[in-house]
Amino acid sequence: MPERDEARGVPRGLEPLGPSAVERQARLTRRELLKVGALGAAGLAAAGGALTLRPGGAVAREAEGGRVQGGAASAHGWHGGNGVVGTLEPGGFDPTAYLTHFETGRVSRLASGQVLREFDLVAVDREIEVAPGVFFPAWTYNGQVPGPTLRCTEGDRVRVHFVNAGSHPHTIHFHGIHAAAMDGVFELVEPGQSYTYEFDAAPFGLQLYHCHALPLKRHIHKGLYGVFIIDPREGRPPARELVMLMNAFDTNFDNENEVYAVNTVAFHYQRHPIPLTVGEPARIYLVNMTEFDLINSFHLHGNFFRLYRTGTDLERYEWTDTVTLCQGERAVIEFTYEHAGPFMFHAHQSEFAELGWMGIFDVREAPRV
Amino acid sequence: MSEVTSDWASRPGSVEGEGRYEDAASVADTPAGSPARALRGVTAAKGLAPLVLLAALVLLFFRFGPAGVFQQAFPPIEALTIERVTLPAPGEMRVRVVNGGPEPVTIAQVMVDDALWRHSVDGGRTIGRLERRTIRIPYPWVEGEPHRIVLVTSTGLTFATQVDVATRTPQPDGRTLSSFALLGIYAGVVPVFLGLLWLPFLRDVHRRWLDFFLCLTMGLLVFLGVEAFDEALGTSALVAGAFQGTALVLIGVVGTPLALAAVSRRWSRRGGSSPLYLAGAIALGIGLHNLGEGLVIGSAYASGEIALGTFLVIGFLLHNTTEGLGIVAPVVAAAGAQRVTPGFRRLVGLGALAGAPTILGAWIGGFSYSPLWTTLFFAVGAGAILQVVYEIWQFFARRGNVSLADPLNAAGLLMGLALMYTTGLFVAA
Repeated sequence: MPERDEARGVPRGLEPLGPSAVERQARLTRRELLKVGALGAAGLAAAGGALTLRPGGAVAREAEGGRVQGGAASAHGWHGGNGVVGTLEPGGFDPTAYLTHFETGRVSRLASGQVLREFDLVAVDREIEVAPGVFFPAWTYNGQVPGPTLRCTEGDRVRVHFVNAGSHPHTIHFHGIHAAAMDGVFELVEPGQSYTYEFDAAPFGLQLYHCHALPLKRHIHKGLYGVFIIDPREGRPPARELVMLMNAFDTNFDNENEVYAVNTVAFHYQRHPIPLTVGEPARIYLVNMTEFDLINSFHLHGNFFRLYRTGTDLERYEWTDTVTLCQGERAVIEFTYEHAGPFMFHAHQSEFAELGWMGIFDVREAPRV
Repeated sequence: MSEVTSDWASRPGSVEGEGRYEDAASVADTPAGSPARALRGVTAAKGLAPLVLLAALVLLFFRFGPAGVFQQAFPPIEALTIERVTLPAPGEMRVRVVNGGPEPVTIAQVMVDDALWRHSVDGGRTIGRLERRTIRIPYPWVEGEPHRIVLVTSTGLTFATQVDVATRTPQPDGRTLSSFALLGIYAGVVPVFLGLLWLPFLRDVHRRWLDFFLCLTMGLLVFLGVEAFDEALGTSALVAGAFQGTALVLIGVVGTPLALAAVSRRWSRRGGSSPLYLAGAIALGIGLHNLGEGLVIGSAYASGEIALGTFLVIGFLLHNTTEGLGIVAPVVAAAGAQRVTPGFRRLVGLGALAGAPTILGAWIGGFSYSPLWTTLFFAVGAGAILQVVYEIWQFFARRGNVSLADPLNAAGLLMGLALMYTTGLFVAA
């Protein structure tokens, strides 16, 4: 089930003011808090109500008032200013929902007893919002970038009904072991046509799918990709599972990315931190589909994680806090937080982080029963 | 003017070469209700008919859009022009932007040094055609280092600008006003007055040598005029597209001489043909040029692009002292011809007219630089200088027996150019 609880997405101390206010609220880093403290009551007064003291001593700030905030500007300006302004248009892609949404398909059994999972994917042209107010003319699977996360178990029969409702020829190329005709490379699906991909899910691990029509670079960076998870038969240990696809957008089409993100929207998880609980095991399905700057990375703050490269082996590969992936590479990472508080995660390419690929885990103490 | 607007067919008796003003007066004196008056009404209707139809068509298009196939077939062309970046305080940047494109543009995000940065826009984020906005970015800029600012619009297009050397933008207070005034005095006033001190020398030289200096003045002025024209064209490239920088240059360069010629004709008709007129016109032309120069110096100084070192001050002294010579040479020549001597106060007035605008320019340039105004000032300056060169030429023509082909005169003109070029080496920053 998608995590839609907005209130849980807000760090402790910034209690929600109501659904609309939550969207407009921007959190302060500790450094900003110190600065506000140093500024003192006079500074707060000078800010003319732009700063609001909240119960618990934390400070909420209007991120976007369209007005310069006098004393507040000097208080928050400095190093806390990295981020975006404004809000996403309602009704569009919700990265918070995407994190935990898995499509498991229509399930039935073949005569042989094998599980059959059927999926529908439709390629459509759609304008998407990659940062508040910044729109990108994308090519999508099912109207979203990344496409829906498809999930099955090793050995399942997977049947994907693909319809091309877009304006250019497209395909779906699944990573995995399958017949050549199911590889989604040479069988171009023209606009208005359809194609059915069918194969047995193998090997287990973290796979992906993307369009393989030419020119490949454009078909990928326009948004035709998604995550494809094949679970091992015995399953993985229970954990809070999150899907993170590292992507980027060249909004002015100069073959350089303007916006970097995990799950499309720049700074989304900075503005809407992902709630976790101390002691709760977490698992991230991490995929890199960055175009142009192909090498991307994931760095976790205040913690280390177990790394399973491609997720095709249940033995941990490394115990680390940073992993680097080239385009198309993926990794399963597992960790448990020992301390409560806000913890950053981001690309350890500073430029990518500052252009949007940065988020926050809001780790809370487990509720006492 | 009356010649242009009246119908030529209605005045068959008008003779080419007749006094224009008298003719205009006679038309105005025609009694109301006369056949001529009625004819004029019909003529006016003929002139206005296409305009009325044009207005109706514009209204129709505004309401219903143009008939045809070219509506919304392609994404709108966005054209933002970043006019000025200021750093008013540590940790604060301000970007002034104008929309010179055909469609409204929405600023969605701002990047500084390849990082998305929070900011605010005074007024709405959507900028209408020819509208301006100021974007305030609380960013920890670093003294002496370059910074790059990129505006991202709602369609994902980007508009970039660069702060070459970050330094705090001077605020208009007593101290900066006086230091900018000093800048103008060094670059404009002092050199011009120094040049004026050649007056006694020029009075003593032989007529042939005076001609030489007049030709030298022409050389100086031609150089200054071309320089101003080049500056005007250069800055016109920075003007937002809709304001048509090149057209502004054209208007300035062509319009100014015409306006000055009209004014001078008025003066001479009133019998006030002063020997100082030519010098006054030259001083005005040089003053307009120096206004533009002040703008550039002030702006460059404010943005930290130039440091006003000893070398540059000396350069301006050498370069602009020639301007003073340019003013007094025609004064002496004209005075000599008409046996009038300019008074001390008039000379000071001429020097102030030519030099003081540098101070004004430095103030304007330092505190609110605008490519549009800079372009216009330089174009007007170029036009004024062009007019002045023409006036000196006329002066020679009236006196007769002066030729540029004369080796001494030709040498003077060339030396004027060479002098400006050589001294210009010192200010080429």
